Formats: sequence, structure tokens, C-alpha cells
Amino acid sequence: MELFALNHAWLIPLVPAAAFIIIGLFFKEFHQLSAGIAVLAGTFSFIMSAAVVMAVLDAGISVEMPFIQKIQWIKIAGMHFSMGVMIDPLSAMMLVVVSLVALLVEIYSIGYMKGDKGYGRFFAYISLFSASMLGLNIAVNFLQMYVFWELVGLCSYLLIGFYYYRISAREAAKKAFITTRIGDFGLLIGILSLQMVFGTVDFMELRHILPVYIAANGTGLLTIIGILLFIGPIGKSGQFPLHVWLPDAMEGPAPVSALIHAATMVVAGVYLVARSYFLFAQLPELLHLIAWLGAFTAFFAASIAITQREIKRILAYSTISQLGYMMMALGVGSLTASMFHLLTHAFFKSLLFLGAGAVMHAINEEADIFKMGGLRKKMPLVFVTMTIGVLAISGLPPFAGFFSKDEILAAAAAVSMPLYIIGTITAFMTAFYMARLLFVVFWGKEQHGHVHKTSYFMQIPLAVLSILAAFAGAAGYVGGFGDWVRFGEAMPEHMNIGLAGISTALSVAAIALAWHIYVSKKYLSDIIAQKMGFIYTVSFNKYYIDEFYAILCRIFIDGIGKIMYFIDLYIIDGIVNTMAALTVYCSRIFSKLQTGQIQTYVAIFFCGVIILLVYTIVFFTKINELAAGGGF
Amino acid sequence: MTDSLLSMILLAPIVAVVLLLFIPPTAKKSIKLIAAMATGISLLMTIYVYINYDNNLGGMQFMQSIPWISDLGVAYTVGVDGISLPMLFLTNIIGFAAVFSSWNINERPKEFFILLLILLTGVMGTFIAGDLFIFLLCYELVVIPIYIMVIIWGSTKRVSKEYAGMKLTIYLLIGSAFMLVGIVALYLQAFPAGMRTFSIAALSQAHLLGTLSQSFQIIVFLLLLIGFGTLLSMFPFHTWSPDGYAGAPTAVSMIHAGVLKKIGGYGLIRLGLLVLPAGAKFWAPIIIVLALGNVIYAAYVAIVQKDLKYVIGYSSVSHMGYVLLGFAALNTISLTGAIANMVAHGIMSALFFAMIGYVYEKTHKRSIDKLRGLAHQMPRIAVGFMLAGMSSVGLPGLIGFMPEYTIFLGLFKVYPFLAIIAVSGIVFTAIYILRVLQKILFGPRNYGFDAIPDAKGPEMVPLFVLGSVLILFGIFPQLLLGMINGTIAPLQSFLQALNNEPSLLVVWGGIW
Repeated sequence: MELFALNHAWLIPLVPAAAFIIIGLFFKEFHQLSAGIAVLAGTFSFIMSAAVVMAVLDAGISVEMPFIQKIQWIKIAGMHFSMGVMIDPLSAMMLVVVSLVALLVEIYSIGYMKGDKGYGRFFAYISLFSASMLGLNIAVNFLQMYVFWELVGLCSYLLIGFYYYRISAREAAKKAFITTRIGDFGLLIGILSLQMVFGTVDFMELRHILPVYIAANGTGLLTIIGILLFIGPIGKSGQFPLHVWLPDAMEGPAPVSALIHAATMVVAGVYLVARSYFLFAQLPELLHLIAWLGAFTAFFAASIAITQREIKRILAYSTISQLGYMMMALGVGSLTASMFHLLTHAFFKSLLFLGAGAVMHAINEEADIFKMGGLRKKMPLVFVTMTIGVLAISGLPPFAGFFSKDEILAAAAAVSMPLYIIGTITAFMTAFYMARLLFVVFWGKEQHGHVHKTSYFMQIPLAVLSILAAFAGAAGYVGGFGDWVRFGEAMPEHMNIGLAGISTALSVAAIALAWHIYVSKKYLSDIIAQKMGFIYTVSFNKYYIDEFYAILCRIFIDGIGKIMYFIDLYIIDGIVNTMAALTVYCSRIFSKLQTGQIQTYVAIFFCGVIILLVYTIVFFTKINELAAGGGF
Repeated sequence: MTDSLLSMILLAPIVAVVLLLFIPPTAKKSIKLIAAMATGISLLMTIYVYINYDNNLGGMQFMQSIPWISDLGVAYTVGVDGISLPMLFLTNIIGFAAVFSSWNINERPKEFFILLLILLTGVMGTFIAGDLFIFLLCYELVVIPIYIMVIIWGSTKRVSKEYAGMKLTIYLLIGSAFMLVGIVALYLQAFPAGMRTFSIAALSQAHLLGTLSQSFQIIVFLLLLIGFGTLLSMFPFHTWSPDGYAGAPTAVSMIHAGVLKKIGGYGLIRLGLLVLPAGAKFWAPIIIVLALGNVIYAAYVAIVQKDLKYVIGYSSVSHMGYVLLGFAALNTISLTGAIANMVAHGIMSALFFAMIGYVYEKTHKRSIDKLRGLAHQMPRIAVGFMLAGMSSVGLPGLIGFMPEYTIFLGLFKVYPFLAIIAVSGIVFTAIYILRVLQKILFGPRNYGFDAIPDAKGPEMVPLFVLGSVLILFGIFPQLLLGMINGTIAPLQSFLQALNNEPSLLVVWGGIW
């Protein structure tokens, strides 16, 4: 069975891809059928992924000794690439996370998308996304990764713009594509440089060549390549300064936000760094940069999330912030902590997004949390599951986030105190704004008399995810699962009781503070906002980065474009048209000579003869003089 | 049978032209059907050749040679190798699609389709000619129908169709004048009197005999570069292209952007590089710089365009920059990429122009600001736009990605820093393509278009045919790259030998 799963792992992305084609070509108009096909394909991928995980555990496959299957994709003189399957604990974990969340999101969408005209289209796109993301997970080389990296980008583009009739959705989709493209530009150059320097982009081959290369040539050039590669993850995983697309991406339907912009695609950047950690681990300067960028992004995004009013935007900034945590963990050298957080975050963040979707669905797509209020009693299941999600992300024991976040903070503390402090402050802020969201939405005055019922299709995934959000973290500490997430590091690190205590205390304090402000109203939020005037405005307007980029765009894209067009029209084409005009002008002049009058012709003829005669006489006189003078 | 297969491919449209002469102009349906059948037969035979071409063997296959004017060394020689066969395939697939995209032409359809078929024959002839004389003959055969087609069936927007047709024709004729001088000089110099020949294969050996001195090669290559470079819309000789496409009817835009431009790239490789290697090597640095102008400058100009056809016109100028880059990097990888990119760009620009043609035909609008939300009423056309746009952006899984990657890789080996500038083109391309797609396809429903039908029936043929090729070659790039590589890979040592030849940079170095 295990061998079967490994040998047929290539089916994991292929079956959803087939589902995409079948739905897209034939069943787009048949709503139930298209959903059924998508869910069926999703189920298959999940079962296969689970079987792969069992096989990895049984066969003792490690990161150093992965299971690899590949076929030639392109072979020309001097360049060849394969496509294939690479199964190791890292990719196996990702397979399960992606296929499980994708499956749950598909089930949820059966209820959520009900009545939408683009129902079939939605399930086609989601299937294509699952296929691409799963293909990315099992990539055997950088090029395969890049291929699927772009394809998930396409799906993200299509799904952000799913409600294509909305101007805001189409603009958000464009923004997402172009912003991540800037990252891809760096990534592509990085991959090209790798191929130039090493002649291969295969993960396993690079892993073997790299130590030899470093021993001989040092890490100078490699650091530059590493930076270039890392630009890709900055774009894809919404790190500062390319984070601007992710909040706007919330224009897509809520399940899309949960799947693509929280649990899976945005962590592709983190995964890329993890996948090529054999490279990054050799470059301490770059790791330092990654750690600081991650920490900064975490803090920065959290400081924006605190003042936002739209429920999905809060969650989007929270996602950016959590991705910053993962990057920081990679930067401080803890692949384990980063992947662990990736796993738990996928569960609790998709739970929160799906919960938010359920809430918005119930009250006519209202997005502003201050217009919700008092939904606790009307939507008990959503309330309970979202509370679990909030507790998990706030890092309270025994929920999942506690373990993974704590591990990151411990790893940071071991390397650099400032990083740890930033991380801890961010944790405090995270607990605060998530508690704010929870309290404002579910406590306070009821603002909506009638609330649409949440369908069972939407409730089941919420329940499953809340169980995972509650216990996935604890599972990291029991049995074989711990070794598995820990990627070959022999024993789980011992929990640092001191650090854990501090962060727990801070989280509790943050939640209490939020309770005081937003439920007991001891301190009115409006008054605080006024007192903090400037800081509040800056944070509420996301530090004006979007506006700044808009100006840059206007100058460096539209401005230069207009100048170039001017040059094209009036200089290059100007010369062309002038030459054409000159030709016409000259021919006009010469055509004047053709008067048709014999007298004129004869006169001109006569003039010509005289000129010739004069010329000849002068010329010959000169020659004779020269000859006489012995000039020849 | 297989010997004359290429001639039959060439002959099919000619036979159709003869048939069309005897058909009354009012029988519009039969005229279109005959044109479709002729191009269809050519296409099927081309596919047969494509499948049966032996990549491992490489070189010229399906050769046929009949002496014609023996005194001058002219022979009717046709044959295909890994460079010309993809071009022949491209021509036929676009020709077939172009017939169907002109299905709704009702103004003088007989003349239109006759000219279209002559045009296609000319283009095919240039690609499969093994004789320089035939090459020139076919090339000149191309220019005239285009002029007539633009000024009769064209459209007037920013510039009048007469201006567009004139500009296109004169530009190309001036370019071909330079080319002609170069070719005649080459013919006279390569072999002594009595042994002179127009055979491209023989001429390709001349530089080994030492009859073509280095300075001769440098001068003649410059002449060819001006000729072929203009045809390829090399910066700064590109301004005919956006204006020309804007004025031209859909089918001409498709064929012009899709295949005619590629004669420039094909000629640079077939005649420029293979016959005059020292010249190619000498001018390569200049070509690289101008090509970067194409890539970045034209992309910038495309960003601010308001007319759909201008965007795609400038986009094609920008993409041709990649072809030139691949050419000028002068290694097997980049050359393979350059040829593959010609095919890729041909398919996607033809699809783009076909879709723009439909939209213009149905809405009488081409201005980006006036079109909105077409996906509501015309989802199929929207799919066509998305496919063409995404492969233009270089999305993996579609035809555009791998050729571009190959060019970048080849360029990186020679000029790493310039390659970075070239790669930045992918961002600019994304900007202008997405800007267009977003504006015209998406957004609120435009109720004014509610009565307009989506593409259907024969109109779907270009979308289906070109779309399938986009996806097929995207998922299996080896189908394309493998064939090209079969011919390019043996050039390894030939290109290696060029390393010793001086380039412009060396000369400049001497001056300073």
C-alpha cells in the first residue's frame, strides 16, 4: 500500500487537474455536478496524501533521502529539465495540509457559493488551484517550482477577480498579479543564475554540489543569488514591501481567502525557502536579513490590523503578520518552528476566514465589524469555532498557535534578543486585535434582527478545522508525529517554560484589555483613537504605502510611458515622416522642371552646355599648367 | 511522394486561387469554403511533415530540387529543417485561422481571399526556399497583396488606412532594397564566375572557402540587418508596425504580426548567421542594445496606448526584442529560444488580433476606454483574450514561457547584466497586458452590448485552433524545442569558432 501511494503520488495533483478540465469543458453549467467532481477529486488527493504520509513514516524517508520520481520535460543541448515527484517529510506535510484545507474549503463552498451564477467556474478554478499548489509541493527542481508558482499565481488572479463585474475586484486581481510578478522577476533571475553557476536547478543535485562549491569559492556570489531567489517569496508571501496586494485580495470570495490567501498559496514563499534551506542555511548574512524582514513585517502588519474595520482585512493583515513570523523563524535557523507554525496557521487562519465568511453570509455581506455586533447567540457554532480560532492565534495553551508561536519565539530568543522582543510585542498585538474582532462581532448590541442560517456544508468544515486548530499543536508533542514535523531533528526542543509563561501572560493581558475597551466599555475606543490621533490615522491608512506606490506608478510607469510615446510619435516617427515629406517636396520641385514647354527645355539645355564648356576649359587649363610645371 | 510534399503544400493555395478566378464574386460561401479547404489541406500536409520530420537526423529533409535558370545558378529548391519547419507550421496554422477570422468579410470577398492566398503562398515560399532567388521572389510576392489589402479592407482610426498601408509598404520595400544589395553582393563574391549559385546550402559553405573576407561579411551583414531588422521591427525601425497593424484588416494583422515579421528573424539566422558568421558576430553587441530598446521601450509605449490594436502592435515590437536577443547571444540555447519564441509570439499575436477583430466587428469599438465588461456578453472571446494575454505574459503551461526562459538562459551565459534588464520585461508585459484585459473584459455589465452575440460557428475556429496550439506547446514544449534543437545543436562547434572573431566591442576598445 505504501509503495503504491508513493509510486502514484503524481496522481495527487493530476486528479484535480483532470477535474478542472472536465468541469471547465463540460459541466460548468451543472452546479451540483461540478461541485461533486471537485469534491471527489479533492477527497482523492487528500486520501492519497494521507497514504503518502503513512508511507513516509513507514519507509523512514527523510529530507536527506527523499523518494524521487521524474520524467524528462525538456532536453535540448546544454539545458534539460525534469518534472517529477519528490516526497520527503517536508513535502508530505505540505501535501496533507494543502489537500485537507482544499477539501474542507470545497465542501464549505458548496454551501457558501450557492446561488452564484459562476458556481461551476468557481469549482473549476479551485480544482486548478489545488492541482497547481500540490504540483508546487512535490517539485523536484526550481523550474518545476517556478512553473507551478506562476500557475497558483494565475489561479489567485482568477479567483480574486472572481466577481469580475466589480471594479474593485478586477483592480485587486490586477494588483495582485503585478505585485507578485515583481517578486517573480527576482526569483526567475535567481533561478537563471543558479543554472548558470551550477548547471542544474535540481534540488538534490544542488544539495550535493553546494558544499563543494562553497569550499572552493566561498559564499559571495551565492548570497546574491539567495537574495534574488528570496525576492520571489517576498512577493508571494506578502512580506514588506510587496505586501500591498494581499489585503486587496480579500475581494475574492471568503473560501478563496481561506484557501489561497491564508492557508496555502501565500505560504508558498515560506515553503520555497524551506525547500531550498540547504542553500539558505549556508548564507548567514541572508538569514539575518530574512529574520529581520520577517520580524518587521510581523510587527508592521499587526500595527495596521489593530485599526482596520473590515473583518477580512483584519484577517489579511494578520496573515501577513503570521507569515512574517514564519520568515523570522526561518531566518533564525529554525526550519522546524517555521513549518510547525505553517501547519497550525493553515488550520486556524482558514478557520477564521471561513468563520468570517459565514458571518458575512448571514448578514448580507456586511464587512464592517462595527456593524455586526451581538451575533453570539444567533450563530452559536460559528461563535464557538471562531473563538477557538482566536484563542489559537493568540497563542493561549492548549491551542495550536501556542506551541508553534512559542517555538518561534524561543528560537528567536536563542539568536537575538531584539528579534524576540519584537516577536513578543507582535504576539501581544495579535492577541489584542483578534480579541477585538471577536468581541466586536459577537458581543455588544445586536444590529441584525434576521440572520441567515448557516448551511451544514459550511458548518462541518468549521467544526473539523476548529478541532484541528485546537489540537494540532499539542499533537506536535506526542508520539511519532513530533519527530515527523521536526524533520529529522532527533528530539523536540524542550519547551522554554519561562518564555511560554511570558507570552501566555501577555496574551491574556491583551485579551483582557480588549474586553475592557470593547465589551465593558471602560475605555471608549473612540476616545483612544482620538487621543492617539496621528498614530491612529497613519495605521488606519496603512502607513499610506498604497498611495505612495500609486505615485511611484504614475511617475515611473505612466509618466515614462508617455515620454516614450512622445519620442515615438514625434522623434522617431517624426524623422520618418519628415523624410517622406522631404521626398514629396523634392519631387514637387523637380516636377516643376517638367513644364512641357520646349522653350524651357532648350533654355536649360543651353545653360547646361555653357556650364560644361566653362568647366572643361577651366579644368584643362589647370591640367596643362600642372603638366607644364612638372606637376605630374 | 514525400519529395514533392512541400511543393504540394505550396501549390494548394495557388490551385485555390486559380479556382477562385472562375467563381462568380457573388458566390461568397463557396469562395470562403475553397479558401478554407486550401489552407486546411496545406495545414494537414504540414502537420504530416512535422510529425515525420526526424529530429535526431536534423538537417534539411523533404528536399526537392529542380534546376531552373542554370546559367545563373538558380534552382527551384525546397526543403525544411528545424528552423524552417516550425515557421512553415506557424504560417499554415495562422493562415487557416485567418481565413476563418475573415469569414464575415462581405466587401469583395473574392479579391480578398485571392490576395490572402497569394500572400500565404509567398510567406510559405520564403520559409521553405533552399534557393536565395526563390526566397527573394517569394518575399516580394508578399509585399504587394498586403498593400492592397490594407488600403481596401483596412480601417482608419488614429492614422488613415492609406497612410498605414503606404508606410508599411514603403518601409518594407526600403528595407528589402538594402537586403537586395547585400544579397547580390553576396552572390557575386561567394563563388567565382561560372560557379555562381543562389543555393543557400552552398552559400553557407562559402565562408569556409575564404572567399568572403571578414570586412565583406561585416558590410553585407549590416545591409541584411537593416533589411531584416526593419521587417522584424527592430528599434528604431519599428514605427511601421503599430500603425500598419492598426490600419490593416484582421487577417492581415494576424499574418503580418504572426508570420511575416518572422521572416526577418528567420532571414537573420538563415542568411545572416549561417552565411555571414563573422558579420553576425561583429554586429551582435549593437543588436543586443537595440533589442533591449525593443523590449523595454516598446513595452513602455504599449502601457500608455488607448487603442487595442496599438497595444498589441507595440507588444509585438517588444516581443521581437526577445527574438533579437536570442539571436545576438549567439549560442545554441539562445538561438533555439529565439526560433521557438517566433513561433510562440506568432500564435499568440494572431489569436490576439483575431479576437480584437471580432470585438471591433461586433462593437465597432477598439478604444480601451470605451470597451468594458466584454466577459458578460462574450465569454468565449474573453477566453481567447485571456489565453493570448497570459501566454504573452509568459505564464508557464502556455506557449510563451519556455522560449522566453530559453532565451534568458542563453543570454545570461554571455551578458548577465543585460539579461537582467531583459528579464525585467516580464513585469512590464504583465502591466500592459493586464491593464488591457482588466479594462475590456471585466467590470460592470455594459448594457449597450447586450444584443451582441458571442463568437460562434466558423468564428470559433481561430480560437480553437490557435488556443489548442498555445496549450499543447505550452504543456509539451519539447515538441517545439526538440525539433529546433535538432538543427541548432550541431551548430555548436560553428558557434564556438565565432569566439575568435572580433566584435564591435573589440573595435571600440581599440579606438579608446
